[in-house]
Amino acid sequence: MAASNDGLPVRTGFLGWLNERLPVDSFMRDQLTGYYAPKNFNFWYFFGVLSIVALVIQLFSGIFLTMFYKVGEESSFDSVEYIMREVKYGWLIRYVHSTGASAFFIVVYLHMFRAFLYGSYKAPRELLWLFGMLIYLALMAEAFMGYVLPWGNMSFWGAQVIVNLFGTIPVIGPGLVEWIRGDYGIADATLNRFFSLHVVAVPLVLLLLVALHLVALRQNGSNNPDGVEIKARKGADGKPLDGIPFHPYYTVKDLVGVGLFLMLFTVVVFFVPTLGGLFLEAPNFEPANALSTPEHIAPVWYFTPFYAILRAVPDQQMGALLMAASVAFFVFLPWLDRSPVKSWRYRPLRWRIWLAIFTISFLVLGYLGLKPAEGTYVLLARIFTALYFAFFILMPFYTRGEPTDRVPDRVTFHHD
Amino acid sequence: MTEPKPRGFLRAAACLAALLLSVPALVANAAEEHGATGVDWQAWTANNQVWNTESLQRGATNFVNYCLGCHSLKYMRYSRMGVDLGIPEARLQDTLIPTNAKPTDYMLSTFPAVEGETWFGKAPPDLSLTARAKGTNYIYQFLKGFYVDASKATGTNNLALDGAAMPAVLSDLEGVKAAVFGEADEAGVRHVERFDQVAAGRMTPEQFDSFVRDTVNFLDYASEPTQVQRRALGIWVVLFLAVFTLFAWLLKREYWKDVH
Repeated sequence: MAASNDGLPVRTGFLGWLNERLPVDSFMRDQLTGYYAPKNFNFWYFFGVLSIVALVIQLFSGIFLTMFYKVGEESSFDSVEYIMREVKYGWLIRYVHSTGASAFFIVVYLHMFRAFLYGSYKAPRELLWLFGMLIYLALMAEAFMGYVLPWGNMSFWGAQVIVNLFGTIPVIGPGLVEWIRGDYGIADATLNRFFSLHVVAVPLVLLLLVALHLVALRQNGSNNPDGVEIKARKGADGKPLDGIPFHPYYTVKDLVGVGLFLMLFTVVVFFVPTLGGLFLEAPNFEPANALSTPEHIAPVWYFTPFYAILRAVPDQQMGALLMAASVAFFVFLPWLDRSPVKSWRYRPLRWRIWLAIFTISFLVLGYLGLKPAEGTYVLLARIFTALYFAFFILMPFYTRGEPTDRVPDRVTFHHD
Repeated sequence: MTEPKPRGFLRAAACLAALLLSVPALVANAAEEHGATGVDWQAWTANNQVWNTESLQRGATNFVNYCLGCHSLKYMRYSRMGVDLGIPEARLQDTLIPTNAKPTDYMLSTFPAVEGETWFGKAPPDLSLTARAKGTNYIYQFLKGFYVDASKATGTNNLALDGAAMPAVLSDLEGVKAAVFGEADEAGVRHVERFDQVAAGRMTPEQFDSFVRDTVNFLDYASEPTQVQRRALGIWVVLFLAVFTLFAWLLKREYWKDVH
């Protein structure tokens, strides 16, 4: 890669030697000091960098947990308690990792919601969105398998429920379930392979996808709250008029966001690590027991919207299909939304109401997924499942030719 | 600069608020409470203070004297307990550690599991994590929930755990009480109207209550021995981050002065 030397400092000595062999200065210029980002980023634009922070937190805390965790039916549960009690600051590492999992999903959901608000999934950023969706899928697999590793009773029964969903696939289902488990039930073989996938395979995939996500982002640059393409208007110097160099402007701004995030994060880690059973469920403090089913099998909060959809359908096969569809619809968003305008600021009330319906449905389903599937809860789950799908299925119709406001030529400030 | 339609936004926000408000009402309807009369034992709360070291010391003594005969704390070492609860080593050795055990040993019951199954139909469970798995209120309700029931092999039953295999081992302290049940409600549940004291114990009800509270407090500590340390360290970490964030914000403000 022969990078141009425009505007680069003249280096001598070690840095000169280094830059002749490694494009340090030109990389910094291309990716940070000469990379122009829209200057009107608001609060919602913190969640991208916070996702990376969460990933790094999980990688580091995970490495230390792996030093002390002993995978195996007979040892997993005990080794987690050993970490909690006898490893120096083991409790801290474990709580950072368990809180980190939930924090990761919180920032990723807010990051995705930002894309809904400002149409960041639209052309020319469809691939960026698709890589993001693949990251989300990998993250779900990573979180599910990680949850099995402490080998508590909810780990066991959660794994039972989720793995059995693959059994609803026609013809290959039963064989597939056995292949995933490596045994006739959730057992030592399952635990061992989930450990391998959780600490090696999926993290590698995640890192690769995050790299692709960032490369795709760099290709067209970030969208912004106005949905204006800043590269369309450049000054005499060839720089976007509404852009500012990522470094130092956004590095110092993100530092504030990271500080605020870490404050909230550490409040949970040090004062409410179980968050009333939402981040660490009480039944998981009992070892896995194939003979004792927990009163309510509920996944951790970040899966509950989909779990509620699964249980809203009386037929297990249809339920599993609908659950898969509820995730899959996200993938098609760039093509379902027919509006030429990106940001909700310039889109009609109709779109805002649909977006509100979807957001409320997702939140209510998340709540219902934590509750037992009985009585009014099931009825509510069905209503909000219908609304959830209506948002996606009807989107081509209610967005096609929608009356939009004129999008300004330049970015604006202080909206929403 | 085009202003977004503020009216449209307000209407959308109103719809959103109306929908959000209607949901809890429906949900609350679904989870309607039954009207409780008589003894509302489900509302008994442990209210234990895990930072109260004296209570924990008393709880540790209670546990060793009344529970350890059958129940283990298999993740808890005597020495760790001594350090955390400020119990001097000599006193630990004299009063809390069984004669055949070392301070670094885990707090294991010498009662064989096989015997437990023969005697009670079920080996007494390890109590290391019971406070986290079931909650402190549950243990409190269980320890105070024994009542006479001649139909059971142990002669007693328990409000918090129907058909409990464990006999009322604290009846020596609490005394023996009979539960008077009312008529079954619509759901077929018979609520306790009152307790009748059948035999007096060595303790007054108040003394027994604090005995149980101390014991629950100790089990809360044992389920997560680092919890007091965790909170103490947390204050400093959050304070540090607050200062860090303040300076980061000042730095950001300085840099962003020239952005318009």
